[in-house]
Amino acid sequence: MRFIFKTDYNQDIRLFKHGGAVFWYALLIVALIAAPLVLDRYLMSQATFVFIYAIAGIGLMLLSGYTGQISLGHAAFFAVGSYTEAILLEKGFPFLLSLPISGLLAGAVGVVIGLPALRLAGIYLAIATLAFAFIVEEILARWESVTNGTLGMLVEPINIFGVELFREWHLYYVCLAVLVLVVLGAVNLLRSPTGRAMIAIRDSEIAAQSMGVNLAKYKTIAFAISAAVTGLAGALYAHRLGYISPEAYTILLSVEFLLLIVVGGLGSIHGAVFGAIFVIVLPQIVSILKGYMPSQIAEQTGIDAGIFGLVIVLFMLYEPLGLYGRWVKIKLYFSTFPMYRKATFKRQKSYTKTERLR
Amino acid sequence: MSLFAVEQLGISFGGLRAVDQISFEVEAGEVFTIIGPNGAGKTTTFNLVSRIYDPTDGRITFDGEDITRVPPHRIAGMGIARTFQNIELFDNATVLANLLLGRHAHASTGVVSNMLFLPHVRRAEIAHREKVEEVIDFLDLQAYRETLVSGLPYGVRKVVELGRALASEPKLLLLDEPSSGLNTEETDDMAFWIGDIQKDLGITVLMIEHDMNLVGRVSDRVLALNYGRAIAMGTPDEVQSHPEVVKAYLGG
Amino acid sequence: MEGLQQFAQQVVSGTAIGCVYALVALGFVLIYKATEVVNFAQGELMMIGAFLAYTLIVIFGFNFWIGAAIAIVFTALFGAGVERVVMRPMVGQPVFAIIMVTIGLGFLARSIVSMIPGWGVDTYSIETPFYGKVVEVGGLVLSQDHMAVIVLTMALVAVLYLFFRYTRLGVAMQATSQNQLAAYYMGIPVKTVFSMIWGISAGVAAFAGLLLAPIAFVHVNMGFLGIRAFPAAVLGGFGSIPGAIVGGLIIGIVEALAGFYLPEGFKDVAPYVILLIVLIVKPEGLFGTTTRKKV
Repeated sequence: MRFIFKTDYNQDIRLFKHGGAVFWYALLIVALIAAPLVLDRYLMSQATFVFIYAIAGIGLMLLSGYTGQISLGHAAFFAVGSYTEAILLEKGFPFLLSLPISGLLAGAVGVVIGLPALRLAGIYLAIATLAFAFIVEEILARWESVTNGTLGMLVEPINIFGVELFREWHLYYVCLAVLVLVVLGAVNLLRSPTGRAMIAIRDSEIAAQSMGVNLAKYKTIAFAISAAVTGLAGALYAHRLGYISPEAYTILLSVEFLLLIVVGGLGSIHGAVFGAIFVIVLPQIVSILKGYMPSQIAEQTGIDAGIFGLVIVLFMLYEPLGLYGRWVKIKLYFSTFPMYRKATFKRQKSYTKTERLR
Repeated sequence: MSLFAVEQLGISFGGLRAVDQISFEVEAGEVFTIIGPNGAGKTTTFNLVSRIYDPTDGRITFDGEDITRVPPHRIAGMGIARTFQNIELFDNATVLANLLLGRHAHASTGVVSNMLFLPHVRRAEIAHREKVEEVIDFLDLQAYRETLVSGLPYGVRKVVELGRALASEPKLLLLDEPSSGLNTEETDDMAFWIGDIQKDLGITVLMIEHDMNLVGRVSDRVLALNYGRAIAMGTPDEVQSHPEVVKAYLGG
Repeated sequence: MEGLQQFAQQVVSGTAIGCVYALVALGFVLIYKATEVVNFAQGELMMIGAFLAYTLIVIFGFNFWIGAAIAIVFTALFGAGVERVVMRPMVGQPVFAIIMVTIGLGFLARSIVSMIPGWGVDTYSIETPFYGKVVEVGGLVLSQDHMAVIVLTMALVAVLYLFFRYTRLGVAMQATSQNQLAAYYMGIPVKTVFSMIWGISAGVAAFAGLLLAPIAFVHVNMGFLGIRAFPAAVLGGFGSIPGAIVGGLIIGIVEALAGFYLPEGFKDVAPYVILLIVLIVKPEGLFGTTTRKKV
């Protein structure tokens, strides 16, 4: 077990708690930077998808995992990001300008949907965001003069100072860079008053208010940041696809994001990244598994969705803390070996716990 | 001029007058206790003061300002902090994070600078941390800094909640049944802390309490409520022997 | 005059589809009130009920009413079984996790139904005793299918009302949904009650599926209708049974009118626009009550 002797207040607010962590994260970054040298195009594109989903996941995590506001409509913010990016590039905006604008516009939409959300909680909020997502989906399909309707739009390649970045590894690095910046921003937020206020709202609105947290302000901030980050991911997603149309942004995508943060582990940035890996890798594993199934079953069209559903159910039943929770348990198991107690993370179950009141 | 005063305060829920025409003043530096049987309107009074409820009539003044219509999140910044009867902590955060949230009323850094964690944010964080460490020392919470609140025993949570209120450096501290759920030993500690809060930190305390032993030990003045009305006010002994109070508790 | 007739016709067909929404919403509300779980697989329960009925009535040639009754009973048992096997271990977990489980169950149900020989991804219809017949009321030509849906829904709601109001079990269920712990102390077997509520809710869903079958079709994706019943439940205040009915009717009628009078596309979003407006004006829904945590 590692003991950290603290000698300075600064130590608690540093990004890395100890030298070992610095080493491992540095190694990870180096590995990610070197990866395109060994990965083939397909794997690289999958890695890019993981980065994009991780960014969107962090966006949703900030809202749902940290502020406790459930959203079933994040596909809408994602879509706003994608379409803004495509439209701005078509109008001749440079990428370095269009990407932040895409994020900001999605954030502005987030504020608009966040305003009614201030008075809503729990399931009402979930359904309101769901309703909002349906409306956005319909607008994308019907506002043909801008979005080109169901025909969809081509997305022009990234262009930075006249250099066209159209290769697979170009996008890989762009997405990686954005992901790193988003992670840093999120971690900074969480170790500062804003992040603490968000967590306070999640755990007890009344106490947060009594300690000086302006609920309306911080919920709006959470919505804005979450939507903006998701919008950034959407903009990158548009580049990854190269061609966007409304059917890429349905309720299924919102569910996928929700699955991502729950499977990854609610209330942790690691969780968002683990969840993104999971959501991207799962279909690959399913297609590998299909090779071992009798062909009558493997050829059924519904099998993918079925396995998807089964995995969600099993995960929630047996590992409700998510992948990150499992990771923490394994780490603890080895660092305290042989003293680890199985019940360490057992949650107290209760009959009366209600989330109707807050 | 007293530090805190309520005049003719009242609230109705439907037809029920939960608090009816209550007036009292709390002088700077004293420990003022509200007692009364269950349902007497004590916690409702607290919720009115911390602005969770809007009073139907009456006025609340604090530090020379009328706070009857101040939004609830501004109360902490004005110097009033509170604890809750059944503990309202941030369960899935560490003790340290809970106490730091107590500093929220003093947080002045913006969202964008938070996201970039600019040098002045770091300096502010360290300053907050120093204040929080003072509270940790005061309440002997050193052992629990990094523990999640959800894993703490009830008695410790009660202390953490007190600490969170203290971290906001209040002028007036509202304690809603500080001894409920505590054993005798913990109640003793609580009595000492309340004494220290009054004498060493110079914080005025307004509390609700059932344990008459604790009330007698720490309070300067006591107000007794029944059915939303004030029935007696004075020193602990005077109030305890007041015939109306005896009647309220024993029935009849 | 013709315009008025068209309007009335739309209102009636909207009411019919609204009844189906109302029943699915009712299923949401029953489960939510008792267990605080929002069952995202409610639409899939409806789909399973409809497929069972289709199998019994069309494939095995049962009498319509007998086939329908058996299908409802089996769906109810299935619902209770789902509660027992999957939902009960989740008690005490965050609402988030529980919602995800029901979403997962929805995926699983659709996938399994699509793989069952004889069911698959094709569309089927069930011939009802009212099929293709019309009644004329004051110059209005109304299809009997629509009328049957409305009448049967009213009948079911009346039965449920009597059940919750006057039977021992119904009162026990109400008590459980108001205060689980108190109900438990009063000797109500809370866990069994949960299973039963899931059963009733699934039965109501199967009933809704049967009503929907003649208006729409039996199809593996018919459960997506559940997503449209959400606004109905929320509109009514999510915890309120009369609210769910009224909410369902509002959504059904608005949808029908929007589909008829407004340009294409509005039909699909109209329920959600109405929902957002209602929530902005009255965040607790039309029939909901605001409850605040006591501190």
